[in-house]
Amino acid sequence: MILTTILVFALLGAILGLDVVSFPQAMLSRPIVASTLAGALGGSASDGLLAGVFLEMMALETLPVGASRYPEWGTASVVGGALYVSRRGDATSALLFAMLGAMLTAWAGGWSMYALRRLNGRWTKRALPALEAGSPHTVSGLQMLGLSADFLRGFVLTGVALALLLPLTALAVANGHGDSARIRAVLVAVAVAVAGSAAWKLSHGSKHGQWFFFGGLAIGCAMLLSS
Amino acid sequence: MRDAVELLMDATLTRPMPARTASLMFLRMLAVQSSWNYETMLGTGIGFCVEPALRLLPGGRGGEPYRAALARETHYFNAHPYLAAIAVGALARVELDATMPPAQIERFRIALCGPLGSVGDRLVWAGWLPFTVLLALLAYGLGGGPVLVVTLFLVLYNVGHVGLRAWGLRTGWTHGMRVAGSLATPVLRRGPEYLARAVMGLCGLALPLAAARILGQRAVTQLHFDRATILGNHALVFLLLAIAALLGLALVRLHGRLDGWRVALVIVALLALHSVVT
Repeated sequence: MILTTILVFALLGAILGLDVVSFPQAMLSRPIVASTLAGALGGSASDGLLAGVFLEMMALETLPVGASRYPEWGTASVVGGALYVSRRGDATSALLFAMLGAMLTAWAGGWSMYALRRLNGRWTKRALPALEAGSPHTVSGLQMLGLSADFLRGFVLTGVALALLLPLTALAVANGHGDSARIRAVLVAVAVAVAGSAAWKLSHGSKHGQWFFFGGLAIGCAMLLSS
Repeated sequence: MRDAVELLMDATLTRPMPARTASLMFLRMLAVQSSWNYETMLGTGIGFCVEPALRLLPGGRGGEPYRAALARETHYFNAHPYLAAIAVGALARVELDATMPPAQIERFRIALCGPLGSVGDRLVWAGWLPFTVLLALLAYGLGGGPVLVVTLFLVLYNVGHVGLRAWGLRTGWTHGMRVAGSLATPVLRRGPEYLARAVMGLCGLALPLAAARILGQRAVTQLHFDRATILGNHALVFLLLAIAALLGLALVRLHGRLDGWRVALVIVALLALHSVVT
């Protein structure tokens, strides 16, 4: 039963991991989408969305700029959403350990993408004579090889992460004694700080950007006070 | 005479791309980064995308012009994946026109890399993506459910995504060698600036509302905050926003030296450890 569950989530991780760079980059792999889909697959899209919102705030500063090495949030969000919806016990503790599991997976995912790009480079170098001869089969072959390897990368990463983290998370949640409200408060503060600093770093150079930020903040706070 | 040559060039520029070729190229554009690597970067992907157009060269698939052009198009190339569509369209045009020597086509390819990379990064990764993400977070903060939040984000983001790729392919094909001028369109030139302002405004608006929804009423009452304070039921939210602002300020100051998500990972790990140990 658990193996089947892991395989289904791994398949979702493979598809969404592919979207990060290889195909089609339609941002299905953004945490707010990927985690919600994982949640829906696990029985609660709302729980998946909650985990996705946290992860999205953490991921906002990650720009998928070509040659840089960055955390891979697609498979990580599937892992985070799956861990959270598979919980038994306190929801906030489960959220904490799901976030931790997802962030560790994102870090490992970044390394796996780096390894894949090096592998692509090795395959391309080996195919250089055929490429210089203008072989269409070699060009298509390299693209398909890259796609398949990326699919496999996402599948293995999600599967291994869940196989390791599902029992560990269940154990940690069962033995966790933290104050739920405080844990959630710290998670929110950290996520908002990362998201806010990311948006600021990206956009503060724009003309009057700071005023737009403080204007938005004032409206947001006023809406909260009036609710 | 000069006017006549320009008129002739303009006439060739209006030649439409066959629909089947355009569709194939567009579909292939979605996989342009499949074999991305540190050596040729997007090179193989560009060759893969241009290939359907090269079949129209004299001699067809497998002919000498086809093979020479395909070999050329798989050389090193780097650009933003969406704006690479401009390069794909322009290179297809230049190869099919066959009026330019190979060395000049190579130089044209290299010249396209820089602008297509930097403009795309600023417009899409630093502008459109955070803008649509923050809109989705705002929808969540305002009480949106999973279907609404996810649909809003995916539809809005992909209107821009697909539109940009389609526009890029068409523009590249239409202008060919003179495609550089299309990078001066208002959307590409002024778009990043407007989006940056919108991102700042949305960030200020969306984050407090999303934070308040995550915390909910339960967290407030559990921490025994006085519901009669001037801040109403949201005293905890404002306290956390203040703490987040301080942490965020520190992260901004440490920009380039420390990634926010790494700091978050350490804090979350310590919190998890504390929760298990105590």
